Amino acid sequence: MISPDVPPPLEVDAARRIFGLETEFGLHLDTEATRPITPEEVAGHLFHSVVQWGRSSNVFLTNGSRLYIDVGAHPEYATAEADTLTDLIALDKAGERIVQDLVAGGEERLRAAGIDGTIHLYKNNTDSAGNSYGCHENYLVRRRADFKAFASDLLPFLVTRQIVTGAGCITRTPQGAHFSFSPRADHMWEGMSSATTRSRPMINTRDEPHANAELYRRMHVIVGDSTMAEPTTLVKMGSTDLILRLMEARVVMPGMTLAREMQAIRDVAHDLTGQATVELASGRSATAVEVQQEYIDLVKSHRGGIIEVNAEVEQILDLWQRGVDAVRTQDFSLIDTELDWAIKLKIVRRYQERLGCRLDDPRLARLELAFHDVSPEHGLFYRLQAQGLVRRIVDDERIEKAMTTAPTSTRAHLRGMFVRAAVDAGRDYTVDWVHLKVTGAQSRTVLLKDPFRSADARVDELIDSLVGP
Amino acid sequence: MPQQNINQDSFDDDVPEELPPPAAAAASTDALDALLDEIDGNLQVNAEQFVRSFVQKGGQ
Repeated sequence: MISPDVPPPLEVDAARRIFGLETEFGLHLDTEATRPITPEEVAGHLFHSVVQWGRSSNVFLTNGSRLYIDVGAHPEYATAEADTLTDLIALDKAGERIVQDLVAGGEERLRAAGIDGTIHLYKNNTDSAGNSYGCHENYLVRRRADFKAFASDLLPFLVTRQIVTGAGCITRTPQGAHFSFSPRADHMWEGMSSATTRSRPMINTRDEPHANAELYRRMHVIVGDSTMAEPTTLVKMGSTDLILRLMEARVVMPGMTLAREMQAIRDVAHDLTGQATVELASGRSATAVEVQQEYIDLVKSHRGGIIEVNAEVEQILDLWQRGVDAVRTQDFSLIDTELDWAIKLKIVRRYQERLGCRLDDPRLARLELAFHDVSPEHGLFYRLQAQGLVRRIVDDERIEKAMTTAPTSTRAHLRGMFVRAAVDAGRDYTVDWVHLKVTGAQSRTVLLKDPFRSADARVDELIDSLVGP
Repeated sequence: MPQQNINQDSFDDDVPEELPPPAAAAASTDALDALLDEIDGNLQVNAEQFVRSFVQKGGQ
């Protein structure tokens, strides 16, 4: 039975947006064992406790987020709906801790199966053979008839934002190695498409709003790198949100349409000097610094108008501008405690100096993996952060809370409460982004089409029914 | 006298507080080196084998 009386969608402020981040983690078993062990086998052991808890390796947690094993045996965590960037960052960081917390149990089960080893989980985007996996950003946007034209307006921004938001990586080529802005750039094959594993577009256009489809669409950006530093995630999501706000207000975007997006994203990625130019459809050419500056100037020109001024917007604009300035002036100290690629470059260079080796030395590749290791103990990023060498946006207490508690201002709150109540009551249930369902003899389902709604009498009744007679 | 204080204050305000003095940059390098000292041994053990053994199918 589907519960009737679906409440009407809430009227929400145009500036309010639902954000989500999906992270596919790299899974690595370091072992001396002689028999080959597949990533699927390791993932199975890793997720044993998840299956025990949720009777599936694809679960929604009490914090409203989804945890599962994706294509290629990648543990994946998709954050619950957040309507502020700080909630989003807390949820994203909570996800790293949630998957890391599975490691000890996974290693124990492997040992019981006769395999001694250490499991590493990397929040990165490539393995040693060059296979790629993603970090997907979701922005809920108001539905419009011209979605494809709307989305394509975002491409010049997405192609060039990597000079600020890229995770940075050592790129090895037959001609030698160099440091690039983005590991993901080389794995993009088209601007927009509804496919993901076959074609790898920058924007996935599959129409899957997970919300009232008459009102909303999801802008599903899959070109971004997984980011470790909280300020990098803030500027990645925040700058994209600011551009989307202008686009939704029908502000004309800078005439920066690119002639060849795939060439451009690679050219920008591989030129740390910021001097590489991209060809525009107009016949002109511009550097990534120039393209990004156009977008920053456009946002600044609407500050106090379409863009409401507040401390967070100022913080995003400040870091965005300093990121662009750092590339323009080649003074990376402007951002090397805040932006992933620069934090990473600093320690890679320092280690390289100490070793006196070439950039393609395997010890530097080892350092890169350590950087992305989400273990607070082994992870180099977390040790840098603990030393005060990386700036924070949210505190540990908030991340700790986000591991078990959903944001209270979105639909995630309802999902989180329901999951907690169903588990506590020992009842069978199924959940997805828009449904809460009690299964069994008296099956009941509540459909939640409004991601902004965090209170709903139908859900209260459903939860009451769980503990009822 | 008060006037002088105001001038003094505004002069102080002109000094950008954000820019770390060179000592801070050196301290940051020291912290980096201390960290590298700690992990260096671990990173050097079979680095090539460790890196090569991390292979997984692609995802999305």
